Amino acid sequence: MRKGAICLISSILSLSHSVEEERVMENKNDYLILEDEVAITYENAYGPTWTRFFEGLKDEIIYGTRCAKCDRVLVPARSFCSRCFVETDDWVEVSQEGAIISWVLTEYEYFGMPTKPPFIGALIKLDGTDTNFLHLVGGIDLSDPDTVRKTVKNGMKVKAVWQEEKKGHIMDIKYFEPI
Amino acid sequence: MGRPVAIIGSGQTHHGRRFDVTYPELIKEAVDAVFENTGISPDDIEGVVSGTMPSMMEGVALTHFYFAEVLRSVGKPIMKTETCGSTGISLAFTGYYWVASGMADLVLVVGSEKMNEGDSQATMTTVLEPFYQRSFIAGAPGVFSMQSQEWSVKFGIPEEKVRAAATRLSVDHHNDAFDNPYAHIKKKLTEDEVNNARIITYPVRLWDVCPNSDGACAMIFASEEMAKKLGLTPAWVRGVGYSGEEYWFGDSEKAIWQCAIDAAKQAYGMAGITNPRKDLDVAEVYNPFTFQELLYYECFGFCDFGQACDLTLKGVFSRDGELPCDPSGGTLCTNPIGATGLNRVAEAALQVTGQAGDHQIPGAKLSLAHAMGGVDQYNGVMILGSEK
Amino acid sequence: MKKDFYTLENVIRLPHKYAAGPTFTRFYSGLKEGTILGTSCPSCKKTFVPARSFCPGCLVNLDEWVAVSQEGEVVSWAYTEREFFGMPGKPPAILALIKLDGTDCNFLHLIGGIEMGDRDSVSSAIKRGTRVRAAWNDEKRGHMLDIKYFEPVS
Repeated sequence: MRKGAICLISSILSLSHSVEEERVMENKNDYLILEDEVAITYENAYGPTWTRFFEGLKDEIIYGTRCAKCDRVLVPARSFCSRCFVETDDWVEVSQEGAIISWVLTEYEYFGMPTKPPFIGALIKLDGTDTNFLHLVGGIDLSDPDTVRKTVKNGMKVKAVWQEEKKGHIMDIKYFEPI
Repeated sequence: MGRPVAIIGSGQTHHGRRFDVTYPELIKEAVDAVFENTGISPDDIEGVVSGTMPSMMEGVALTHFYFAEVLRSVGKPIMKTETCGSTGISLAFTGYYWVASGMADLVLVVGSEKMNEGDSQATMTTVLEPFYQRSFIAGAPGVFSMQSQEWSVKFGIPEEKVRAAATRLSVDHHNDAFDNPYAHIKKKLTEDEVNNARIITYPVRLWDVCPNSDGACAMIFASEEMAKKLGLTPAWVRGVGYSGEEYWFGDSEKAIWQCAIDAAKQAYGMAGITNPRKDLDVAEVYNPFTFQELLYYECFGFCDFGQACDLTLKGVFSRDGELPCDPSGGTLCTNPIGATGLNRVAEAALQVTGQAGDHQIPGAKLSLAHAMGGVDQYNGVMILGSEK
Repeated sequence: MKKDFYTLENVIRLPHKYAAGPTFTRFYSGLKEGTILGTSCPSCKKTFVPARSFCPGCLVNLDEWVAVSQEGEVVSWAYTEREFFGMPGKPPAILALIKLDGTDCNFLHLIGGIEMGDRDSVSSAIKRGTRVRAAWNDEKRGHMLDIKYFEPVS
């Protein structure tokens, strides 16, 4: 049984406007507000396909599967092609290099956010694949957003960088860094 | 295709931070309003549809049970629909299908949300599965930032132009909201304030995003016979379209957003619309983010791809323009997620029945309502008309 | 079923702020004072507890508040020895529907103040129709569990 990493952040940053609003319905009286926290535990099944994909990550391999009908290479590996509805059991070790399709620098934080900011989430088209891979762009200084915007560009080539210790988790890839 | 169906009334609550009432009490305001506005007796309603975003937003699961009394649904068949941001339009579709099928003549649909009773980003994070995507999708702003970036780079639109067009939308909508008695955020903003507001996720800034609003919207769908019998001005459902993409965010491109294009095409086909900008009189586009609104104009065929910024800056989509978009202020000013799509339908219906008050577009006969759900996954479009 | 594949253990924690609104706020203040408040419908004359903001049958707003009797009859009950996630307190516990005198709906709460460890002794002590009375905590916070439980009236 594998344990997943869930990062629980204790600070809560709200996105709602804290500026003055011309006309709102505010709680101008003393009605009670009950504060509570729901905590529900789960054990999610990986199944054969995810299991094999994540075992690949442990070996520094990124697996995709190729659809025999449309010839697309889908990554992460899938058990079937969502357009042709055929089972995809042709496993392929895909390139660990690719181009950035789009990216976003996240600095704000919310309750229970899985990855601690600041971080850059990105869609990356790994060479030879047909779906965009969601991960992080890193290995660069994230402290100044303006510098980040000058450095990271759509179309930029990036390459996977691995953690020393792997757990069979999506974050075994530390991030993709600009080549 | 089903028989003709009309919207014969709606009711909205005042939106804001509604800690003055419990969740069911809030819904009761909208439900009471629609019955008051139409003079219909609750006993005559044959079916009820309730909708919200993931109900863990407020910490109570499957809220249609919780709302039984306030929905007046005790003893009646009830359905629940939950498609995240597009819940409102799914509600409208469900009401429409029910009456169009001939199995009911009067159906009540109610969308609601109490965003301020929970953490909306944390709740929406649960839409992502825990193995892969959940680690990277940092709430709605991140998703829309990535999409708008993909779009502006693809069509070679300079950053400054996108910023200027988005700012124009923000200033206009927040100002227009003063003419909507139910809107949440009404504000006179300057371009400077919008351009230099706090960054959420670049390029999205504070005044480019919707608020967390508490609110509910109730609406009644009727058959032709019932509408006539009741003597209420109908807003006829002329077309519907709904389309979705794969769950994996990276599987389909989001710049030429196929499911948005297809949803509009389906609805236009049913309604006989061939030139949307010319044929439509007003559009209530789901617009929680100004940048995404520009993309919708293009996907819905209001203009060619890459052109939305130019036309917005020319005022084509302003209240006094060729195709006014979101004269109510839209989702940008008021966003109770489970109700927001239905608010778009309610506003579109008010327009074609001449009941939109201070934000009425004169002579509006054909309108569009829209909402999107999931991580850029599903889009729904409904066309309403004053003629059958 | 053999489990050869990975599983992911995780916890979803979501914080909430529930608006109690005017009616529940007043009901809870009543509990703090050691009273159980209900509201009565001017139309059908029914009394509901906890207090409601509108009558579910007549759909009229209710603003006639009444301190209801703290004694009533057990309508139905369930004895549990199993702990369930999120349980207030520890098992064994008796959940019960109680018809407080003078009211027209059943009040959901706990039964206590009796020997709990044995199913048979509980079954003979508590029956449908058993008269019970509210037993309060000394310190009250304005919470449903300010009433410790309802105990049989000897």
